[in-house]
Amino acid sequence: MARIGVFVCWCGSNIAGTVDVAKVTEEAKKVPGVVTAVDYKYMCSDPGQNSLRNMIKEQKLTGVVLAACSPHMHENTFRKAAVKEGLNPYFVEIANIREQVSWVHEDKERATQKAVDLMKMMVEKVKRDRPIEDVRVPLNKKALVIGGGISGIQAALDIANGGVEVLLVEKEPSIGGRMIQLDETFPTLDCSSCIMTPKMVEVNQHPNIKLYTYSEVEDVSGYIGNFKVKIKKKARSVVEKDCTGCGDCWNACPMHKNVKSEFNMNLSERTAIYVPFPQAVPLVPVLDRSVCLHFKKGGKCVKCYEACGPKCIDFDIKDEIIEETVGAIVASTGYDLMDNSLYGEYGYGKYKDVVSGLQFERLLSASGPTEGVIKRPSDGTTPQTIVFIQCVGSRDPEKGVPYCSKVCCMYTAKHAKLFAHKVHGSQSYVFYIDIRATSKGYEEFVRGTMEQDGAVYLRGRVSRIYEDEGKLIVKGADTLSGNQVEIAADMVVLATGVIPKKGSDKVAQMLGISYDKYGFFTESHPKLRPAESSTAGIYLAGMAQGPRDIPESVVSGSAAASKILGLFSKNEYEVEGTIASVNEATCVACFYCQRVCGFSAISRKEIKDRSGKVIKVVASVNPGLCTGCGACVNACFSKSIDVKGFMDDQIYAEIKSLAI
Amino acid sequence: MEDKKEGTVKSEGNNVSDPRIIAFVCNWCTYSGADLAGTSRMKYSDNVRVIKLPCSGRIDPLFIIEAFKKGAKGVLVSGCHPGDCHYISGNYHSRRKYAAFRDLLGFLGVDLNRIEFSWISASEGNKWVSVINEFTDKIKSLNDNSSDIFKK
Repeated sequence: MARIGVFVCWCGSNIAGTVDVAKVTEEAKKVPGVVTAVDYKYMCSDPGQNSLRNMIKEQKLTGVVLAACSPHMHENTFRKAAVKEGLNPYFVEIANIREQVSWVHEDKERATQKAVDLMKMMVEKVKRDRPIEDVRVPLNKKALVIGGGISGIQAALDIANGGVEVLLVEKEPSIGGRMIQLDETFPTLDCSSCIMTPKMVEVNQHPNIKLYTYSEVEDVSGYIGNFKVKIKKKARSVVEKDCTGCGDCWNACPMHKNVKSEFNMNLSERTAIYVPFPQAVPLVPVLDRSVCLHFKKGGKCVKCYEACGPKCIDFDIKDEIIEETVGAIVASTGYDLMDNSLYGEYGYGKYKDVVSGLQFERLLSASGPTEGVIKRPSDGTTPQTIVFIQCVGSRDPEKGVPYCSKVCCMYTAKHAKLFAHKVHGSQSYVFYIDIRATSKGYEEFVRGTMEQDGAVYLRGRVSRIYEDEGKLIVKGADTLSGNQVEIAADMVVLATGVIPKKGSDKVAQMLGISYDKYGFFTESHPKLRPAESSTAGIYLAGMAQGPRDIPESVVSGSAAASKILGLFSKNEYEVEGTIASVNEATCVACFYCQRVCGFSAISRKEIKDRSGKVIKVVASVNPGLCTGCGACVNACFSKSIDVKGFMDDQIYAEIKSLAI
Repeated sequence: MEDKKEGTVKSEGNNVSDPRIIAFVCNWCTYSGADLAGTSRMKYSDNVRVIKLPCSGRIDPLFIIEAFKKGAKGVLVSGCHPGDCHYISGNYHSRRKYAAFRDLLGFLGVDLNRIEFSWISASEGNKWVSVINEFTDKIKSLNDNSSDIFKK
């Protein structure tokens, strides 16, 4: 038999001023199952909590209802107090008579009536509460980081330095991501390779980091603490442990004119067996089978094999699948640039000297195709005039994307500055919409480009670019002076909009995390949980979440790492017990619940007899994944699944208590 | 409110001018929005009784029928805005169910003015106030005091 106690809080005059608390208490005593009802000035105070505890003890209460402030306020307080007297915390229910009664209504009689109704409703609910145990999920203390750019590297290093084993998976032959493609970085002009390569080497040498380059995560299943991952290690055709990175193989490769270097943004060529750049980590080449003559021409060409001293080239190596179990995952898959050919009027792809921002980075870089000397891709001459166009694709809801790519204002200012430093007497023009330079030292940096380095900033758009006698004629508007301008330039650099890495939507689907309409991963909360994805145990970092600069990417990598180290500081992960559960006796295995579950928390479970024969298949809820939303409950035709704490019979009893 | 009846607690609160309204709301957005109306000391019609659920996706259409059967003159369903669901997609399930369920309610003879669906976020205390007030006024204006809600 239920023994319910009702506690009506005055909250000083906050409740008692509008609600007749004595009347609510009297009405409570009339409800079947209620053995005691009292009112008190401040239930949340120590004496208030003590009276609750004493009453639970003395009256042997099986459940309590607090008619008080919102459950979002003090539900936990009262649950904790109840637990101290041995009551299951979920036998505490709150009737919200402050936020939703006394503070919003004025007529005392009617407010009292409403308070009584809400109190009765909760008495009916608490009578039907069942004990709920919080679920403990064991944690495999190993982390997976997907993407070896700066944010992934930072996350991997921080986790590894915290003493936890990390698997770092990178699709490309080397880690380093976009940052290692950059020349010098704003606003301090420190060279990207100089600050990046030590970190890359640290990753490679770290005893807690297992590095998988030229590899992709193929499949992820499971839940927080217990993700099963399959990593595909693509056939490199080179035995990594024997390779010395000497370069004899790629020097011997006859394919040195036809394959564009992805790393140099197609501004130079590479061989079929190659390292993307000299500081690659690991410094082990990859044989690109799609272009290698050995594979294209039936095994004839073996030049690299012959050249290799340690004989570590193996044409028979196959893709390898590695299976691992990890407790947490960081998704840091990075970004791409938009397709410039959307803007036909700028002539990208048509005129060789119209390049993207990343291509210009490669032209500036000492490890780039021109060894850091700025040369026109068309004829190799040094440009004297460069026009930079910002917001190509960004902030353009009509043709591109509506969002701001955030880094372009700064890198364009850097480009113009470095151009002025490298080519004395040169002139740059920058077409912009607004200048967004909001971090530490950024505004000063842009001002410096304008005032010391003489870049001419023109507020307006470019309408057309065409070639005339070896010059690129740039026609645009200067909206501040109201004039049309025409500039004869040697080169044009487009600050192209940033988009999520190609295939990141597939990664999100594989991981079961949400992403926005552009494909950027969405945070669990945009402000308060910026490192967490919508799925427990999966964290986000870097540009995969949206445009950001290097310091922000590093911060986000560290944030994801600290979340994981925090998670792993315990041996088990505690999940609230208010999750779905299946009545296996009545489940008919239609799996409608599985279809509506947004968290992939429902799986098939086979029930076997003693001889091991399957006698029934039922739905099964994975407590590590279930969030207790209850969508499955409504999808179930046989009423075999219910959410603890919000069971059907409880809701119907609540409705019934309101009957008139 | 102007037509307040004297008498016991039980008998009060369900005629044309004082209809009982039941609101099924999600815990994260609408319930918090209603709390915000409280902390902001906004005032609204006291006819509504709120039943809290984890997510609008948990709101079974049968709850709504049950509410009408138990004398509610109007039922409100409210959850997070599309895209804001705490459980990613619960409110989409809710929206789709609602679209199909409305027709069924009409078939059952319920005046469709008696059911309302809204998105109210945790920051929209003012929207909660206006939704409740407008819905209450609408139910009152139906001026139908028949005891059987399942007939036209």
